[in-house]
Amino acid sequence: MDVLYFAWVRERIGLPRERVETTAPTVMALIAELMAREERYALAFSDLKSLRVALDQKLSSFDAPLAGVREVAFFPPMTGG
Amino acid sequence: MRLSVQETAFDAGAELNAFSAGVAGAGAVVSFTGIVRDSDGTLSAMEIEHYPGMTEAAIAAIIAQAQTRWDLADVLVIHRYGKLEPSAQIMMVATAARHRVAAFEAAEFLMDYLKSRAPFWKKEIGRDGTTWVDAKDEDESALKRW
Repeated sequence: MDVLYFAWVRERIGLPRERVETTAPTVMALIAELMAREERYALAFSDLKSLRVALDQKLSSFDAPLAGVREVAFFPPMTGG
Repeated sequence: MRLSVQETAFDAGAELNAFSAGVAGAGAVVSFTGIVRDSDGTLSAMEIEHYPGMTEAAIAAIIAQAQTRWDLADVLVIHRYGKLEPSAQIMMVATAARHRVAAFEAAEFLMDYLKSRAPFWKKEIGRDGTTWVDAKDEDESALKRW
């Protein structure tokens, strides 16, 4: 699946998007996999309260299942307007 | 309904005139324009990042919700991204309805939701470095009144 990062999450990880091969059943399991990779991922995901997730461009939750999902995006709370 | 997510500047006056001309029988038009604020004179620019695709879909969903709740003749949302100078216009919302209460309420509803449910992130570029603007708790609690 494609994993996208925005705002300071993108800056901490150092990438706007990447292709991730995973069998993680939920968003939480994917986060655990990413955090185990490298320090920069561990740092980016260290405070989940300050993160939001979208699945296929729809705001979702960390316990949501990933079956059939093609695009996962992580970002801080939005500041539009 | 018109929705535009764009990098280029817009002319709020011309937009409002065109919007009003299109809803001649409406009776009430309300508009809001958001402007880059430089409270203490240290801001050089505001950089707005967004999530192409989701941004348009999220705003369209917010507009659709407003149209279900209020009887609106028309809705306009323009939101910019990219690098904006202080005093530049960031975004505008306009609503048209038969009566002013619906137009005001729908405009406020749209603004509240655009603030925390449309995927934009603001970064302030100041003299002493850059800071991501934090979402405020009150922005989240503003949604509860709807």
